[in-house]
Amino acid sequence: MSAAGRSRFAGLLWVLPWLIGLCVFFLAPMGLGAYYSMTDYTMLEPPLWVGLDNYASLASDPVFHRAVLNTIVYAAFVIPLSVVLALAIAGLLDVDSRLSRLVRVLVFTPTVVPLVASAMIWLWLFNGDHGLINAVLHMLGLSGPNWLGERGFAMAALVVMALWSIGQPVVIYLAALQDVPRELYEAGQLDGMGPVRRFVHVAMPSIAPAVFFNVIIQTITAWQVFAAPYIMTEGGPDRSTYFYSHYLYDNAFLFQRMGYASAMAWVQLMLIAACILAIYAVTRKLWSTGT
Amino acid sequence: MSLRGHSPAARASRSALMLVVAVVFAMPLIWMAATSIKPESQAMSQGLSFLPDPVTSAPSQAMENYGAVLDDPTVDFPLYMRNTIVVVALGVFGCVISSVVVAYGLARVPMPGRRPLLVVTVGTMLIPFPVLMAPLFMLYAKLGWIGTFLPLYAQFWLGNAFSIFLLHQFFKSLPKELDEAASIDGCSHWQTFRHIALPLSRNALAVVVLLHFTYMWNDFLAPLVFIVDREKFTLMLGLQLYQSKAGQTPWNLLMAASTMTVLPVLVVFVLTNRLFTRSSLSGAVKG
Repeated sequence: MSAAGRSRFAGLLWVLPWLIGLCVFFLAPMGLGAYYSMTDYTMLEPPLWVGLDNYASLASDPVFHRAVLNTIVYAAFVIPLSVVLALAIAGLLDVDSRLSRLVRVLVFTPTVVPLVASAMIWLWLFNGDHGLINAVLHMLGLSGPNWLGERGFAMAALVVMALWSIGQPVVIYLAALQDVPRELYEAGQLDGMGPVRRFVHVAMPSIAPAVFFNVIIQTITAWQVFAAPYIMTEGGPDRSTYFYSHYLYDNAFLFQRMGYASAMAWVQLMLIAACILAIYAVTRKLWSTGT
Repeated sequence: MSLRGHSPAARASRSALMLVVAVVFAMPLIWMAATSIKPESQAMSQGLSFLPDPVTSAPSQAMENYGAVLDDPTVDFPLYMRNTIVVVALGVFGCVISSVVVAYGLARVPMPGRRPLLVVTVGTMLIPFPVLMAPLFMLYAKLGWIGTFLPLYAQFWLGNAFSIFLLHQFFKSLPKELDEAASIDGCSHWQTFRHIALPLSRNALAVVVLLHFTYMWNDFLAPLVFIVDREKFTLMLGLQLYQSKAGQTPWNLLMAASTMTVLPVLVVFVLTNRLFTRSSLSGAVKG
């Protein structure tokens, strides 16, 4: 052992399981997927080579366009709203008190609740006739809609539900806020800055990297949103909450169009990469004009 | 932060706001639990009360509702609970023992290509499962794994990217002198790992166990795709089946079933929430 164990290559033996795992469970499926994306494949018969036909069909598939658009609309609401809300809550909780520590735990709790159970809970809260949300609205003299059954409202309901589990960003922003030197706040105060300006000019530079990180993670998450709409709206009403991953799932496992689904998977990767690059570019631009 | 240590009025309004946040975030779970111990007629009425009427009926009503869920003729929750425990136990065990070895090798044992491997490992965390699920299904079908639990846990026996990354960060943070001293004493890498690094990593391992347990317990999409027999269903598939089965499930019973699936993770979380929140940081900011 010792001669070989001390060699420059000894580590390879240690990581061997993971190298195999990477090949079998990541690289092979991605390679297979790339191949299947250029075939017609129903799983019952051997794959039939069709070249780039699947990608061409995607370009003219109205349901695909719908799913892409829905996913973008969903992300366009969830991501900015969650940045603002999580920053506000983190700012609120950035004090050392027993109450603040308790509220931190409560805000983080939804992130460990299984998505299926969350879906059941919000299905019940948003119920048009007997749900708690409409009961509260009724008390305020308003009449709530049949949330999950009406276009627009169904999307809004899913956005609200997503905002319930922002515990992760809140915790990350809190940690970033705690790294901001206290003297800077005091200096800002002496210079006559109000709380909002102090937040923008003093705190923002230190927490900007955390915001960037969260926006990237949430972009990736938004492209895979599946369980909640699958269970709560089944993509409806009228496909208004039919998202990318749901359509991919249906193609693969409902319509048995494995080739088409594999093409969607690769396009999904490309779209995510494009989003990340776009966010990166915008951030850099903001950064250079801001300083 | 602007209100830090300022006037009593400012502090009071901050506390009031915190209470509002607390109520809003806790309410969905409280309402789930409240509905689960009401009779159906009261669950459906517009009232905002948290307990059944009369209040003394709460224990017997709870017994009745939870009993009805457990005895449901079409959805076998006790079986799904056992299945989930088996799958999660196998997955977490495999994940921990393989990830800790891989992570130590990656962090402390000399090898070529360490940096690219780390980058690829982190990169796989960014690949959404929907991208992989169709080809993985075909792969598992070829291996004859469809119809078994293997697709849900087997891959973790070869390591899990997030766990490897977390443990790698931990081993990296150990002082270099530690293995230099050990190597002067004639310890092999394995002995250093076994007798020095592993005992030190107890907390880091606890975090990996917790996070992987929660991830596997909560997972819905992988079981939905890979599990085809009802006898092999996990709790999450069972809960979805219970909601969607013919002849609408009453809301009070659906909330009782939801409470049962949430409770194990919630208990673990309440007992360990410090580890949870701290780990969500180490995984995130240091990337």
